[in-house]
Amino acid sequence: MVDPIISARGVDIFYDTKQALFDVDLDILPNKVTALIGPSGCGKSTFLRAINRMNDLIPSCRVSGSLTIDGQDIYDPAVDVVALRAQVGMVFQKPNPFPKSIFENVAYGLKIHKLSPSKSELQDRVEWSLQNAGLWNEVSDRLDQPGNSLSGGQQQRLCIARAIAVQPKVILMDEPCSALDPIATAVVEDLIDSLRKEYTIVIVTHSMQQAARISQRTAFFHLGTLVEFGDTKTIFTTPKDERTQNYITGRIG
Amino acid sequence: MIDLTKKAGFGLDQRHRAEQRFQWAGKLAIATSLLFLLVMVGSIVTDASGVLRQTQIAVDLDLGPENVNPSNPQAASYGRIVKSSLRDMFPEVTRRKDKKRLYNLVSPEGSFEIAAMVTDNPALLGSVQTLWLTASDDLDLFLRGKVDISLPPKQRRISDAEITWIKILEDGGQLRRVANWGFLSSGDSREPEIAGILSALIGSAFSLAVCFALSFPIGIGAAIYLEEFAPANRISDLIEVNINNLAAVPSIVFGLLGLSVFLGVMGLPRSSPLVGGMVLALMTLPTIIIAARAALRSVPPSFKEAALALGASPVQAVFHHVFPVAMPGMLTGAIVGMAQALGETAPLLMIGMVAFIVDIPDSVLEPATALPVQIFLWADSPERAFTEKTAAAIIVLLIFLICMNLIAILLRRKLEQRF
Repeated sequence: MVDPIISARGVDIFYDTKQALFDVDLDILPNKVTALIGPSGCGKSTFLRAINRMNDLIPSCRVSGSLTIDGQDIYDPAVDVVALRAQVGMVFQKPNPFPKSIFENVAYGLKIHKLSPSKSELQDRVEWSLQNAGLWNEVSDRLDQPGNSLSGGQQQRLCIARAIAVQPKVILMDEPCSALDPIATAVVEDLIDSLRKEYTIVIVTHSMQQAARISQRTAFFHLGTLVEFGDTKTIFTTPKDERTQNYITGRIG
Repeated sequence: MIDLTKKAGFGLDQRHRAEQRFQWAGKLAIATSLLFLLVMVGSIVTDASGVLRQTQIAVDLDLGPENVNPSNPQAASYGRIVKSSLRDMFPEVTRRKDKKRLYNLVSPEGSFEIAAMVTDNPALLGSVQTLWLTASDDLDLFLRGKVDISLPPKQRRISDAEITWIKILEDGGQLRRVANWGFLSSGDSREPEIAGILSALIGSAFSLAVCFALSFPIGIGAAIYLEEFAPANRISDLIEVNINNLAAVPSIVFGLLGLSVFLGVMGLPRSSPLVGGMVLALMTLPTIIIAARAALRSVPPSFKEAALALGASPVQAVFHHVFPVAMPGMLTGAIVGMAQALGETAPLLMIGMVAFIVDIPDSVLEPATALPVQIFLWADSPERAFTEKTAAAIIVLLIFLICMNLIAILLRRKLEQRF
């Protein structure tokens, strides 16, 4: 059995007095794609954002319980949130490239973390990132064009390139394909599968087919509780819980 | 058959009529405001047109050594020389009262003009020279037909005798009208024919430069902190309410503050553009802060989120991604504030920028006045010729404003082009 890279024990998350997540225990294994599924408002995005502390932006949000990455508590006061986010990258629901050139978009993380001291090294890393995001062949001749001049699917792959440029351990994806058409979705899904070799991926998705296609592990959330968690194949073929059964067959949600 | 025409019912007639009514009302409103604008600009331009040219009068002046000491030409009494020349031109004038009227044909500033010409060209000294001197405002107005000669002589500024002299001068080719560059290149004067706008223009430019240098960085800094970093609590709510209220405080109150703090406590030089700019900056700050906060709020939060998720610190996220996108909007807010400041008179009155300033200021510490104050001063002057100066000064103010806006628009366009 491989050691989990992220592990949650008894995680409760509150917005003011409203509790959004109840006592979640979850282990995320390295180099696997873990899908978080469940109906809207079930707390899956809240859990995802707790992993790189994007919830800090919401003043009323409070996290209790233990959430560790590589054995260290993410919410330990000694943790520098900048260092955490350098290790745990994120891709958002809507493609959100910076209003700068394609090159600058990818180079930004490298620049702020001072990961590429020389200009040629920076160029190499940007090319490497775009190649690994499967975008290099499409944009290599127009790196100085604005990032938002690309199509939706290309923009999302640019955001993935931006996230992998700083070589994080974990990439969190919050419904990365919900704004894309089926063809662009297929391209991004292939990309996610190939990224698995290097990174651990946690993905929130509304599409059960997508979860079934790309993930090895699936967690089903319902009304703030983790209902069922296991191998994707098991969850989709022989779910133990009736709620899971109902959700994956489309009777609730 | 389905009726797809206007007669199909559904209250269509009434709905179409309502639409027509609204469109006509809109067109009427636009036409009315355009008409008012046209009338306003038209009347100002017509009034100001007289300033474009000024009348000069040719006078034979004896600059011989008995009148002017060649080693010290500045000490000579050029006024006396002008007067004796005028007396020579019209020997029939003997009564003291008539002589005074005769002298009035030439501007009282004429003696300074001769002094300046002599300094520029010492070769003029030693003989009789014919020089063109600025004529008085009354002569100028009469020549342009602005004096109603049907009025009884007591009710007009120019007497029958003067009219005769002017006719003689005109027939003798001793009057000419030239472009009035002096209006743009000299300072204020008690004599309307000499008064210029430059000192007020420079005063306004200095004041606005100080105002911008203070209010833009402070306002933008305050807006960024309040919008992006300040915790949302009762104190920040209180600050927000106060900033909004400050934007509505009458500007003269800021003038009083400047008077008591900047002049009274800090002892900064009275009437100086430095103090004027500081007072205007106080007045402009709330406008800039409110506009800048609105600009920051309109930046999609996804940029900041993306930067934070990459591990940018909050300051990096704001200054690398939010600030550049908000910059054009902030600039628009700043220019609105600066336009307000440019047209502001009341606070400048309080700190003494209303003083009669002839000299053109060289620095922000020297006494100066500002364009709107100059307009106010001229509008208040009894001489008729100042009416034209007032209108011309308004045009200068408007051109200044247009230039400022133009720079802002160009700057904004340049910033927006960066994706």
